[in-house]
Amino acid sequence: MTTAELAAPRPLAAKRRRLSEDVVRVVLALCALVSIATTVGIVVALVFPALEFFADVDPVDFFTGTDWAPLFEPARFGVVPLIAGTIVVTFWACLVALPLGLGVAIYLSEYARPRLRKWLKPALELLAGIPTVVFGYFALTFVTPLLRDIGIHVEIFNALAAGLVMGVMLIPTVASLSEDAMRAVPYDLRDGAYALGSTKLQVATRIVVPAAVSGIVASFVLAISRAIGETMIVLIAAGQQPNLTFDPRQAIETMTAFIAATGAGDVPTGSTEYKTIFAVGLTLFVITFAMNIVSIRLVRRYREVYE
Amino acid sequence: MRARAVRGRAFQGVLLTALVVAFATLATLVYTVVRDGWRSLDAKLLTEPPSISPDIAGAHPAILATIYLGLLVLVMAVPVGVGTALYLEEYANGDRWYNRLLELNIQNLAAVPSIVYGILGLAFLVRGLGLGRVLLAGGMILTLLALPTVVIAAREAIRAVPDSIRQGAYALGATRWQVVRRQVLPAALPGIATGSILALSRALGETAPLIMIGAVTYITFDPTILGPFTALPIQIYSWASLPDNDFRALAAAAIIVLLGIILLLNAFAIWVRNRYTQRW
Repeated sequence: MTTAELAAPRPLAAKRRRLSEDVVRVVLALCALVSIATTVGIVVALVFPALEFFADVDPVDFFTGTDWAPLFEPARFGVVPLIAGTIVVTFWACLVALPLGLGVAIYLSEYARPRLRKWLKPALELLAGIPTVVFGYFALTFVTPLLRDIGIHVEIFNALAAGLVMGVMLIPTVASLSEDAMRAVPYDLRDGAYALGSTKLQVATRIVVPAAVSGIVASFVLAISRAIGETMIVLIAAGQQPNLTFDPRQAIETMTAFIAATGAGDVPTGSTEYKTIFAVGLTLFVITFAMNIVSIRLVRRYREVYE
Repeated sequence: MRARAVRGRAFQGVLLTALVVAFATLATLVYTVVRDGWRSLDAKLLTEPPSISPDIAGAHPAILATIYLGLLVLVMAVPVGVGTALYLEEYANGDRWYNRLLELNIQNLAAVPSIVYGILGLAFLVRGLGLGRVLLAGGMILTLLALPTVVIAAREAIRAVPDSIRQGAYALGATRWQVVRRQVLPAALPGIATGSILALSRALGETAPLIMIGAVTYITFDPTILGPFTALPIQIYSWASLPDNDFRALAAAAIIVLLGIILLLNAFAIWVRNRYTQRW
């Protein structure tokens, strides 16, 4: 060994890149690619059959037609009754979920003692963990008879029972996201308000709720998106009749219920009825996608402000 | 001053009402299901296949299929989900547009209606690939459905591991993968396990995507991976749609079984969280 070799310092970096390190990075990136592929798959699965559908059926007729009868002769493909059905159920679900979810969130964030919170939060998660098919059963066998007992003349399948039960199901969705936003509001703001002589009520309603408003709105938007996309409750309890009505006592059909009912049947691949699944599915996907993006953006906004 | 106190009390009362409505509904739901179903909850339900006669009908093939589906989801969703989370947290440069897009994509996928996943399965797996209406197709769709939830939970668990642990390992000459495998993953494991079990319990209750895959069939034999199947939630849906009260009772009994499975999984997840989570 020569002196020159001894004097030259060994570089600190590893002599050769380890192959295994690169392999791991590629494998992990491939895992991440699965979720991208899922989205691409959904879009491809929806768009191409939907385009074929719109070659058979005029899009204007589809989006403005008030008659949905794909299996009749001649078939009529007006999606308005399905959208109306979805709106009715979503309306009643929101009437329950938004105020009650917000109430639960304010209580958990501002009023509940830490020990009570520790119990209430997992209990709420339990409510969120109940399968929707069970809520559907509950709406059909308990809520609909109950509505009749108290003098509301609902049909056996009706939008009201489905909407109300869906609303309760969505309470945890609204509550947990709203509560996150409220707890992210710095305690300095509350303390300042108390120092000026505010009551707890004033702090909650005039300081915390306004400061957390983007998170609260995000939770509302997400809940509406969930309500529009929910299938089983409406399939079981709201019926499968594409009525163009805003009377919640009647049976209706939502977009999701139509997709499920048609998908379950054995419609031949390539037929126009088969393609309706994708046209309605694409409509549903676009609506919920837009709402999800709005919700995600709003959540980021409050995170940026306070965290 | 009194008026302020009264208003404060009234407001608190309103808030409590919201909580009471939520939990009263939960209690009523459980009560209704148990009341309707407990008479039909017997060994026959667990061991016998469905039948057109409610007296001898059971949900054995459906329960078995739900267990298989659960195993498939665990085997597929957890490695891919954890891999994605590791990529995003430990490897990806968060400023790059494609990594931001990936993040947004996962958040959106978590909120895509489950029926849309069913359409994906119908178009690609059942008809496109020609896999047919089989259990594996159902397992793959439930995996894709559970994936965003697993990723989001795993990311949170990985993020909770303090950076000082990583720095210490690097200082001792560990490579990135050694740091991840020997330090980050073991430390994040309880959180990942909890999140995965919760995602699994959600997936097992999913009905709509399986309807699209075509699990609404009359199956009286034990399911196989590449054979037709019906799952427990689907069996509940089929029985609940029949007007006969005896079948309604069977639906309620099957709901008790399904809720039992989900409750057990949830309890296990909470136990793991409380027993193993480290405080840094």
